[in-house]
Amino acid sequence: MTRIDRVFKQLKAKGEKALIPFITAGDPDLATTRVLALEMAARGADILELGVPFSDPLADGPTIQAASLRAMQGGVHLEDVLNLAGELRSQTQIPLILMGYYNPILQYGLERTATEAAAKGVDGFIIPDLPPEEAGPWRVAAAKAKIATIFLAAPTSGAERIRTLGRLTKGFLYYVSVTGITGARTELPPDLVESLKEVRSLVKCPLAVGFGISTPEQVAGLAPYVDGVVVGSAIVQRVARLQGPALIQEVGDFIAALKAPLRGK
Amino acid sequence: MPALLELEEAYRTIHRTGEFRQELAWYLKDYVGRPTPLYFARHLSAELGGPQIYIKREDLAHTGAHKINNTLGQGLLARRMGKTRLIAETGAGQHGVATATVAALLGLSCDIYMGTEDIRRQRLNVIRMNLLGAKVVPVESGSRTLKDAMNEAIRDWVTNVRHTHYVLGSVGGPHPYPMIVRDFQAVIGREARAQVRRRTGKLPRCLVACVGGGSNAMGLFHAFRDEAVRFVGVEAAGHGVHTHHHSATLVAGTVGVLHGAFSYLLQDPWGNIQEAHSLAPGLDYPGVGPEHAWFKDQGRAEYVAVTDTEALEGFNLLSRTEGILPALESAHAIAYLKRLAPEYTADDIVIVNLSGRGDKDVDAVAEAMEVSGDAH
Repeated sequence: MTRIDRVFKQLKAKGEKALIPFITAGDPDLATTRVLALEMAARGADILELGVPFSDPLADGPTIQAASLRAMQGGVHLEDVLNLAGELRSQTQIPLILMGYYNPILQYGLERTATEAAAKGVDGFIIPDLPPEEAGPWRVAAAKAKIATIFLAAPTSGAERIRTLGRLTKGFLYYVSVTGITGARTELPPDLVESLKEVRSLVKCPLAVGFGISTPEQVAGLAPYVDGVVVGSAIVQRVARLQGPALIQEVGDFIAALKAPLRGK
Repeated sequence: MPALLELEEAYRTIHRTGEFRQELAWYLKDYVGRPTPLYFARHLSAELGGPQIYIKREDLAHTGAHKINNTLGQGLLARRMGKTRLIAETGAGQHGVATATVAALLGLSCDIYMGTEDIRRQRLNVIRMNLLGAKVVPVESGSRTLKDAMNEAIRDWVTNVRHTHYVLGSVGGPHPYPMIVRDFQAVIGREARAQVRRRTGKLPRCLVACVGGGSNAMGLFHAFRDEAVRFVGVEAAGHGVHTHHHSATLVAGTVGVLHGAFSYLLQDPWGNIQEAHSLAPGLDYPGVGPEHAWFKDQGRAEYVAVTDTEALEGFNLLSRTEGILPALESAHAIAYLKRLAPEYTADDIVIVNLSGRGDKDVDAVAEAMEVSGDAH
């Protein structure tokens, strides 16, 4: 059983849901990312998602685009993110998922990425611009290295495709709450809960929801219908605004507030 | 991905129907003004002293470039799919103008994404789009050119896909776009083939076209793909292919994935996309259509590059010899004729695609003639 599977199983036994925070690795620098990651793990994160900087982050809104740019200006590439994962792994057993676009992984080498990631203690990859139709070579490389490939499903996916995605994905299915790109939103689609109920009925694997979720209230509203909630841009906004101990404190408190409604009764 | 599957399904069922073909043919004739002439460039041929050079006059199509062939096809398709809004990316502004034109014609709303650098360089086309009722959305991210406009258009599309059709402007991007755009542009080569045979009784020895994303080149080449006709695609060498300021993806790029297409790219060793440069904004794209990559790998087409300076010379050459101001993009193809002409004799026919007219570029050309900073 992988670290991701184990986390979902343990949480289920406790009646809890997973909090999956996202930050861009290297924003504003790798040392800050390391401290932030450990703080998030200590304050209630169950799985960590680290973004790999890329020049053309198509699935991301302005917040994460800017984070990606800041990290790139610091010269942070896939190899640095893998090394960071290795450092984190020596200090925590929290599952680590890298979210990165396909071209940097392709250039680094599919097998090399999967093998090195596994050796560093990475548990999975989310590759938002790699649909399952095109994912064959990567899935082979990832499976050989025991790296989970987590697929995204969207409101436009339709029942048949969601079933397929539920079968192909490893660890959990990442349901995108909105049609569109990442970014904190004050309001989520009114039919989101209905959609989540439908997806739940279509797939057997754990289900996490992300994109646009930015407050503990939103997390509380979605918790009953999913196994995990992903929060990204709302954290990245804080990374952009604050620094030093104030940043670590603020992000830690925010994580604790987001986790509270996921702890169950 | 579901949006692409929906588009592919719709395209496959709709585009072959007699009704759709008749509708498209009618608009191409009466609205676009097709067939565009295949013009024997007597003076240019004499000046270069090699083959008989024929010019496919896409600059005479409505809106002044070949882009309308594709936007009209996609606009009619979108209307049949029940979409009420068109969006597009644009570099030179020609594709934006062609999309805005079709949106106005078909009564669809329209937003055009354009990098702020290109808005500055192509003010005339921005005004045209505004006059046509489209909204030009400035893109500030990245290099503020075509690639970034495409990123924003894709982000818009995934957000508003239920009522919006994304009119991709070249033979790049994810499937089915390279196929759809090629099919709608293939009218260029079909006409040229019929025209040259009617006129001379034979096929050309060589076809020449500029390549940014590659739609006008693919449009010209496609109908000749099974013939013994040489294909030459001319990319933008900018300040020189050995500098970091060029757009010569096929000549100097490496293989990777951008905008959902596996093709040649300008990228750093880490797979980050590099900024392309060309004096011609329509060539300023760090990727290229995947079918061109395939042609290159198969040896079916050859790809070369000419610098900004050479393109300006090409611009002058055609203006002076034939009284035709070419678009700066097309001027790259004209410029390469100088190098190509000595390989042929007066019995040989070469067709060059004049993909657009140069009115939009006169400011940029005037500015560049004074300050040309090429590294040779």
